[in-house]
Amino acid sequence: MSKLHIETTVNREPAEFLCDPHETLLSALRNGLGLTGTKEGCATGDCGACSVLLDGRLVPACLVLAPEAHGRTITTIEGLSRGDALHPLQQKFLEHAALQCGICTPGFLVAAKALLDANPNPSEAETRFWLAGNLCRCTGYDKIIRAVLDAASDMKGSAV
Amino acid sequence: MNAIRYETPRSVAEAVRLMAADSGARVLAGGTDLLVQFRTGVRQPSAFVDVKRIPELMSIVIDDQGLRLGAAASAAVIAEHRELRRLWPGLAESVRLIGSMQIQGRGSVGGNLCNASPAADTTCALIVNRALCLIAGPNGERTVPVDSFCVGPGRTVLEPGELLVAVRVPRPAARTADAYLRLIPRTEMDIAVAGAGVSVTLDAAGVCTAARVAIGAVAPTAVRVPEAEQALIGSPLDEGALKRAAAAASSAARPIDDKRGTATYRRTVAGVLTRRAAAIAAARARQGNGHE
Repeated sequence: MSKLHIETTVNREPAEFLCDPHETLLSALRNGLGLTGTKEGCATGDCGACSVLLDGRLVPACLVLAPEAHGRTITTIEGLSRGDALHPLQQKFLEHAALQCGICTPGFLVAAKALLDANPNPSEAETRFWLAGNLCRCTGYDKIIRAVLDAASDMKGSAV
Repeated sequence: MNAIRYETPRSVAEAVRLMAADSGARVLAGGTDLLVQFRTGVRQPSAFVDVKRIPELMSIVIDDQGLRLGAAASAAVIAEHRELRRLWPGLAESVRLIGSMQIQGRGSVGGNLCNASPAADTTCALIVNRALCLIAGPNGERTVPVDSFCVGPGRTVLEPGELLVAVRVPRPAARTADAYLRLIPRTEMDIAVAGAGVSVTLDAAGVCTAARVAIGAVAPTAVRVPEAEQALIGSPLDEGALKRAAAAASSAARPIDDKRGTATYRRTVAGVLTRRAAAIAAARARQGNGHE
């Protein structure tokens, strides 16, 4: 089976990889590009662990074919921090201890970033609805919601 | 496994050629159904024909005629369209109920239709808005009213080589508004136990002159309920008319028992949702929805 050569932009840098036509973007990120921050949970679009931004749009990387990334722009969890400087959401997740095992955390952070990009001042209800597609089986939701709302509050007036 | 191809046609004509040349090819829009079916072994396509690089399938155009909604435009893009939300709030509601934000970033109205789930949220809203499906195929283009597009669970009128290009929704008349409601046991992220869409048109005195009612998840396809429409037409959409419409919707329902609910419960809920959706549509029409 011949591989496809895909040229794309990942976390603000040009990137290229070879993939099978039916390979998922999740697989290409993890196995092709070594970006293992994006996690595989259910692999059927139900859990949100593999959340990434595709042209700025929140999507499950398990339901995107890798060749779809050609010419597109992708942001993964690895693209949230700037060097050693954590994104405010990451900092607040640490401060609020908004994680236990951590498998769902990258997906929550990417989904929360998409929320704050679209709505910098979300209500608690809006935040809970937006993050309904991210499952945490350690059941840490309350701290996650508090961390996101705290980050939103801190980010007001600062361009991040 | 033979090599699966990934194709990116740039035009409808090219997509039709690809689909017509290979009976195993499947259209890939958001992939929220197809890629799950592929991963779980339910479907093994010979090719994924990714239609998202065809402008006509991605665009949302609203003009004097109404809405032309590209079949592969994502739910998230639709939900952000202010003019669409203003003119068809019920259709916008049905789109925003689908799955999670992640799924809405991928899933499309065209995909929702072509997957032909009896519980598809957008189908009822499209039916009550008199939508037409624009289909392209090897023998040219044709249009099919949305209420006859799905013919059973997972089955549509699409012939081999055909492709759903867009849905066209006529611009609502004055004092016309729609609404869609569904029941799920959770607050989010679930599949409808039952759903109901309603569109009503009022005259200047507030009397209903036209109505559409459709119910979902209570029959092999979403179905229009003319008896419920007749119960609304000619009335001021008072409580009595809404109750008669609810009774008509319940008696038109042909639900099954399954893990989401019993047939008896679904039949009752279809009526309740019809009554509530009609009340919302009526309130919107009285406020001059879309015609300020």
